[in-house]
Amino acid sequence: MKHGLALLALACVSFGAVLSHATVPETEPVNDAAVVGEGFPKSLSEYAFFQDAQKQDPNRGVHRYALNTPLWSDGAEKLRFIYLPKGTQMVAGGAKDGAKDGAKDGGGLLQFPVGAAIIKTFAFGEGDARRLIETRVLLHRADGWTALPYRWNADQTEATLVLAGGRADLVTPAGEAISYAIPNKNQCKGCHAKDGQVIPIGPKARNLSSQWLGQMVQAGMLDRVPQGANRLPVWASRSDTAPAAPLARGYLDVNCGHCHQPGGAASNSGLDLRWEQGGTHAIGILKRPVAAGRGAGGHEFAILPGAPDKSILLYRMDSAEPGVAMPELGRASVDRDGAAMVRRWILEMKPQ
Amino acid sequence: MKHLALAAALLATAAPLAAETHRVEPGAGAGERLQEALILAAPGDIIELGKGRFALTDGLSLDVDGVTLRGAGMDATVLDFSTQQGAGEGLLVTSDNVTLRDFAVENPKGDGIKSKGADNIIYSRIRVTWTGGPLATNGAYGIYPVESTGVLVTGSKVSGASDAGIYVGQSRNITVRGNIVEANVAGIEIENSRNALVENNTATRNTGGLLVFDLPGLPVMNGGNVILRRNLVIDNDTVNFAPPGNIVASVRRGTGILVMANDGVLIEGNIFENNPTAHVMVVAYNQAFDDARYNPYARNVIVGPNTFGRGGDDPQIEGKAQLLAAFGGALPALMWDGIAQDGNGLTIGEGVSGWTLGLSKPGQNLAEARPAPLGLTPVESWTFPDVGAPAELEARLR
Repeated sequence: MKHGLALLALACVSFGAVLSHATVPETEPVNDAAVVGEGFPKSLSEYAFFQDAQKQDPNRGVHRYALNTPLWSDGAEKLRFIYLPKGTQMVAGGAKDGAKDGAKDGGGLLQFPVGAAIIKTFAFGEGDARRLIETRVLLHRADGWTALPYRWNADQTEATLVLAGGRADLVTPAGEAISYAIPNKNQCKGCHAKDGQVIPIGPKARNLSSQWLGQMVQAGMLDRVPQGANRLPVWASRSDTAPAAPLARGYLDVNCGHCHQPGGAASNSGLDLRWEQGGTHAIGILKRPVAAGRGAGGHEFAILPGAPDKSILLYRMDSAEPGVAMPELGRASVDRDGAAMVRRWILEMKPQ
Repeated sequence: MKHLALAAALLATAAPLAAETHRVEPGAGAGERLQEALILAAPGDIIELGKGRFALTDGLSLDVDGVTLRGAGMDATVLDFSTQQGAGEGLLVTSDNVTLRDFAVENPKGDGIKSKGADNIIYSRIRVTWTGGPLATNGAYGIYPVESTGVLVTGSKVSGASDAGIYVGQSRNITVRGNIVEANVAGIEIENSRNALVENNTATRNTGGLLVFDLPGLPVMNGGNVILRRNLVIDNDTVNFAPPGNIVASVRRGTGILVMANDGVLIEGNIFENNPTAHVMVVAYNQAFDDARYNPYARNVIVGPNTFGRGGDDPQIEGKAQLLAAFGGALPALMWDGIAQDGNGLTIGEGVSGWTLGLSKPGQNLAEARPAPLGLTPVESWTFPDVGAPAELEARLR
């Protein structure tokens, strides 16, 4: 506490930021020990990532970000934050080693210093009716990234560690009553693992706006604006007449590519849905199923050009049934918009 | 003295001497308690499941090396996924040196137990059952190790899988021994894997008993060095109930052993009885593919001495009536498509009778088949590499 206050005072003085902080209530800074320590903090408040957690007002050093194309999770509103310890910055990967459009560095995944954290809160409902359901944190510790899920209480005053995950009954923005699944710690890794190591998925240069990246550089939080930034389409501003291919490929990259890639959780399927995958067979065109079982829905190919209703990929996106539905984790309902875009993409392909 | 302390400290970090046993009983909140135990376990720990039925709504997962998950017996401890709401399998293992033993998994919505990239894994006396019998709505695989080096599946029992009861894919150094696979589409399937020993199993009432496949377009290719010996392969006569589109949906009802593509398969000392299409079938991969790494031929397949009982008398093959008439009421034990690369197709031992479709290249239209008795001369001996799981796995169970 004492130490924290002293640091804060020092920070204010050294940056001449006294004025800008004058109106902010004196909250404790982010608890670096909780981020880099060995244990699993029992409650989200221990990290002090927020000035006002219920309102999701970030603490000092915690920055909001958004993705061009987001991962769909039953229509949850997602509040995304990056925490960087004082005096550290993110490093743009990839272009330095000449990788084209981030192919060799996970799509331009930003490199985070040890001590950094990525925070994502899932909420349903709007305005006063908004309920925070869960907050997932990725902590960059000395031995790698640790992923932990926290579940918000009914009073919305605290979120508590749920190592084993949990379920919450809620109604999605589409009006469907579902049993929403909060992932357990292993399931976090299920999506975040590549070659056995936990890594962030979201903050890739190609899926971040140049504007945000520029702001981060200006604030000293990032070494430079990476090459290949802002490549993925902005999903929220898509139109029905825009070409489907980039939107669908962006959607598949973000929603499926973390598992369906070499070294990912679904590598054995041979299906590679990353944005940079140029092979038609690898992205599923005329690719036969390997271990799909009834998930194949009686279809012969992951994608049959021109025939969305004979394509396993769409069949599984259109299902909410466990054992059939893809992604396997993170949704209990169907993303109608995502499925419609993939349908249009397959329809626009020339039949072979 | 100092040295001793140091040595002790080193030992402690290398291999925790005080492996703990955590007990989890069925009852309220069992799913969360069990999942939490699986997450918090330290390497070397034992998680002991009590007797009874664990009602589970979500898939379980284990990601800690060296953990043993042990029940009170495959009929006493049941992980019941009948009301599963999420995840693609009942239990997922992603860590090395794990031992799973003495429990059952029932009615998972997807696969039963999947272990991926989990080296040196043991499945011992595990039961995976879809209790409604053979249905297309059942999950694909019962026991499903994939992308792993060192796999031992023993004393286990799988029934109802809509693909394969025991499926080992894209792996190396494998032993599948003494299991019972019943009423699955495929009893046991070894796919895109090398150095596999499949012995002393009972495969019955499946569509096909034992399958050895090598398929194109997968990250791990070039399956081969597979031995199938001393298995009981009987009454594999269940109508194929695989969802269409999957490769096993093409398996004909009544197939004992099916080898498709692969380099090096030895079939000997098995007992075959009442497999109505063929006791043994050796074929090339006949679908179109676009993968320069792939060889669609079945190469270096040896069918040595086996005990062949009644079979081939109700084949699910085009032109069945004429074929049965031509061969005197029942087809010979071994069916080959005749497709060989550089003469390295098929070798037979004494007492093996067979017939060939007389085809010459992969993908050739079946209408061009010229069925005929197999014209191969039996050989007396052959060499084949030693294959199977590392001895360490066998030792771990003792």
